[in-house]
Amino acid sequence: MNDYQDRRYILIAIFLVVAVTYIFRLFYIQVIDDSYKLSANNLALKHITLYAPRGLIYDRNNELLVYNEAAYNLMVIPREVKDIDTNTFCKLINISREEFDNRMVKIRKYSTRKASILVENITGKEWARIVESLYQYTGFFGEERTMRKYSSSIAGHALGYLNEVSTSILDKLPYYQRGDKIGASGIEKQYEEELRGTRGVAIKMRDNHMRIKGSYKEGKYDTLPKAGFELKLTLDAKLQTYGEQLMQNKTGSIVAIEPSTGEILALVTSPDYDPNKLVGRGRSKYFNSISNNDSLSPWFNRALEAQYPPGSIFKMLQALIGLEEGVISINTGFPCDKKPMNCHNHPPPSNLQKAIQYSCNPYFHDAMKRIVQQGESSSIFTDSPLGLAKWHKHVLSFGLGQRLDIDCPLMKSGNIPGVDYYNKIYGERRWAYSTIYSISIGQGEVMVVPLQMANLAAIFANRGYYYTPHLIKSIGENDSIPAKYLVKNETSVSSKHFDIVIEAMQQVVEADHGTARRARIDSVEVCGKTGTVQNPHGEDHSVFMAFAPKVNPQIAIIVYVENSGFGGTWAAPIASLMMEQYIKGGITDTLKQERILATDFIHGLQY
Amino acid sequence: MGWLNIYAATYNEDHQSIFDFSQSYGKQLLWICTALILGLIMLMLEERFFSTFSNVIYLVGVLLLIAVLIFGKEIKGAKSWFVIANTISLQPSEIAKYGTALAISKFLGEYNVKIQSFKSQLQAAAILIIPIILILLQPDPGSVLVFCSFIFAMYREGLSGNILLIGVGAIVLFILAIILRTSSIELPLDMILDGKYILIIALTVIAGLIFWMIKSYKQAKLMIAVVLVICVGYIMSVDYIFENVLKSHHQDRINDLLGVTFDPSGAGYNVHQSKIAIGSGGFSGKGFLQGTQTKLDFVPEQSTDFIFCTVGEEWGFIGSFVVISLFMFLIIKILAIAERQKSKFSRVFCYCAASIFFLHFMINLGMTIGLAPVIGIPLPFFSYGGSSLWSFTILIFTVLRLDSERKHLLG
Repeated sequence: MNDYQDRRYILIAIFLVVAVTYIFRLFYIQVIDDSYKLSANNLALKHITLYAPRGLIYDRNNELLVYNEAAYNLMVIPREVKDIDTNTFCKLINISREEFDNRMVKIRKYSTRKASILVENITGKEWARIVESLYQYTGFFGEERTMRKYSSSIAGHALGYLNEVSTSILDKLPYYQRGDKIGASGIEKQYEEELRGTRGVAIKMRDNHMRIKGSYKEGKYDTLPKAGFELKLTLDAKLQTYGEQLMQNKTGSIVAIEPSTGEILALVTSPDYDPNKLVGRGRSKYFNSISNNDSLSPWFNRALEAQYPPGSIFKMLQALIGLEEGVISINTGFPCDKKPMNCHNHPPPSNLQKAIQYSCNPYFHDAMKRIVQQGESSSIFTDSPLGLAKWHKHVLSFGLGQRLDIDCPLMKSGNIPGVDYYNKIYGERRWAYSTIYSISIGQGEVMVVPLQMANLAAIFANRGYYYTPHLIKSIGENDSIPAKYLVKNETSVSSKHFDIVIEAMQQVVEADHGTARRARIDSVEVCGKTGTVQNPHGEDHSVFMAFAPKVNPQIAIIVYVENSGFGGTWAAPIASLMMEQYIKGGITDTLKQERILATDFIHGLQY
Repeated sequence: MGWLNIYAATYNEDHQSIFDFSQSYGKQLLWICTALILGLIMLMLEERFFSTFSNVIYLVGVLLLIAVLIFGKEIKGAKSWFVIANTISLQPSEIAKYGTALAISKFLGEYNVKIQSFKSQLQAAAILIIPIILILLQPDPGSVLVFCSFIFAMYREGLSGNILLIGVGAIVLFILAIILRTSSIELPLDMILDGKYILIIALTVIAGLIFWMIKSYKQAKLMIAVVLVICVGYIMSVDYIFENVLKSHHQDRINDLLGVTFDPSGAGYNVHQSKIAIGSGGFSGKGFLQGTQTKLDFVPEQSTDFIFCTVGEEWGFIGSFVVISLFMFLIIKILAIAERQKSKFSRVFCYCAASIFFLHFMINLGMTIGLAPVIGIPLPFFSYGGSSLWSFTILIFTVLRLDSERKHLLG
């Protein structure tokens, strides 16, 4: 009856082909392919992070420096937030409406499904108040975290602080999750991996109302958090505290090292910041106030980052190199004719030790001339590079002109000019000693960092070698520290020459005409050398390098006091007080101490 | 006959009660009751009513489509809903669907209409084109596709199979053109060959081969040349259509479906989550009300377009298999009913109804398992929503009514 009746079979065939295709597809998705089930598990199982407590930090005498305190983060899942009275809520959590809106916009941009931190580091006391009414606000909940606390506000730069991990770090290091803290400076950054410990995880099953229904497979896949290692530092909290007190109202730095090990006893930079104010809710305010409003830039770690010309202290190095090269002897004398550089009035430098004691400028100009121009070539333009190359090698062996491998980030390298350096400035064979002589007395292009100078003091104390300065004394239970801090670095000057110079250093302090008479300590033999760093921007910087006692030295120290004038006046007494405090455990000359404590170079008050 | 009734009713209740949402659930029950009442009314109507008033219903549908463009409420970028009360809204394209099915049946049912004639084809096309254009203006591509399904019915009545072939060919070419859109081949002499030219060259080579094989038959050669030119023009214009006619979210969805881009958190999020939900059901499912993915709101639009996820997750492969079988059974049953109709009107209408069911089934299920583009059309009798439930019920009961009339005629 109908011409096209058979066509229904074609249509039925089309329909069936589609249906069978779908059935095969479903069979594949549901029965064969497991990846969809895994994805579903990820959604239905809740992974609860168990945070590991960050390692504690102690000083060398087991005094607790850094510990953890409970704090709470107020978390929010934007899509679960419903009809809240925003103004009341803002009052409850103590932020402004504007701030709340800003943060919510940012959080929503990140994710509306994942939990983000709305307010972090709420103290336990404040949290108790908030939590009482938090149940009224769906989508908000608390998360217990810990907050770094500092027993006292010392050594902020050395200890460092934590930051929330940045997006770039999240991309680079998969260990971290959004909202985690990471060491951002100092020891916290250097030993981040040791301190952070290992996060644990508890896998919970949840039902369709997001209620936790118990552990997944009886906790078979759960892991416990592992606490971070405890760190013991080489710092002496008492000495550090005392150093910071002495440097109050002054700009500059103190670095003290135990010469026999390279352990840093004190790392003072002034002005400093208070690490306790860098945690908790006041953090960003404090952060901004010292970033923007402080012309003395407390973020600047002068002990490691400030580069100065070494000044007169450099003369001792010239003496050692001269002796090693055999171009001068202990009895070598030069006239002090106040040429080509000026000098102060002092008895004639008839031998090397007197020259050091009087810190005679022309003497060391002449001494270095013999080092640089040894007459190996007829022309001074070819002779000078030969000599300077030797000199340069010697100086570098003292750890100068390079970034010492200290376990604190951000150290500067300073500058020790060599042949290449001058060739670049003047051109090859276009310079001789007469071009570069100002480096002989530690001025000109020579730049050093306080830590390098403290290390230099340790080299003198050790008579010729050093261990790389470091802050770590032990990590965790075992006493091991990185192997690089156990390597003895020898200088290229033999130790017999050191005794000649050390005798002179003792005279600098002990002799009637010595420049560092203020550095004397009762019944302790102090060896030292003053320096005055010429400062084109204002008053000179006062510098003093020393170690004590002369035999079996316990402490090597460098003190920089910026814009305070002559080295013997301020840096020397500060160094002596530090050494006395460390060696004797107290101060006998309280008059000296009071004079230093009362002096205020920042606001222009001098005693 | 009774089983269809039960089928429609019980399946509704069974699956709709999966939802915890008391509101939607309650409303849906109300819709089911009204749908059943409507069905009863349908059964009580005279057979003649349908053929007599088919054009009227069609006109009403078209008028409503025009009205919705003016008075309708914009939901998700499309003006396709009348909001009557706060909670009740109507989709006039559903009424138009029904009306068009009736009108087509009526038109083809007339004795003097021969679908083979060009004039009749034009007239039938006109009946289809008017609502299609109006719906395109909303825009609602899903419903447009449903209207295209009437071609199946016309094919059964004698429309040249070439039209179906052309349709399939166009889809294949479209997909190829889009997949190759972003690819290119570098040739020597610094020439870069675009994806579409690769396709054109391939087609030309094929055409040339056929040309060579059929040595004589000038007419066939001419045909091939014409087809080739049309194909080339079509390929060239796909780019333009894709860039300028389709909205960006449609572009994304098509790209995602064809694997040109993979973006499980962006355009592909729905489908990705939907596949996870269905896939996690496994062979036998997680059990009634035990689904985690659907319950926890991971799958968007799960009560309407992605309703099948609930079936797949909670009843597993077995449940999915049963649902697909039932749909196929329903569709084939309607076709069987169609074939035993005496009047051409009834037969065409049954074919239309079957085609509508099939298209809904194909697109909706296809998109939840990533085999069809994400186009928002409901799964008959499963998806939440009054308009679609009403229209599917009316379709079924009209078929039943027409079928019972057959006995009457016999008697």
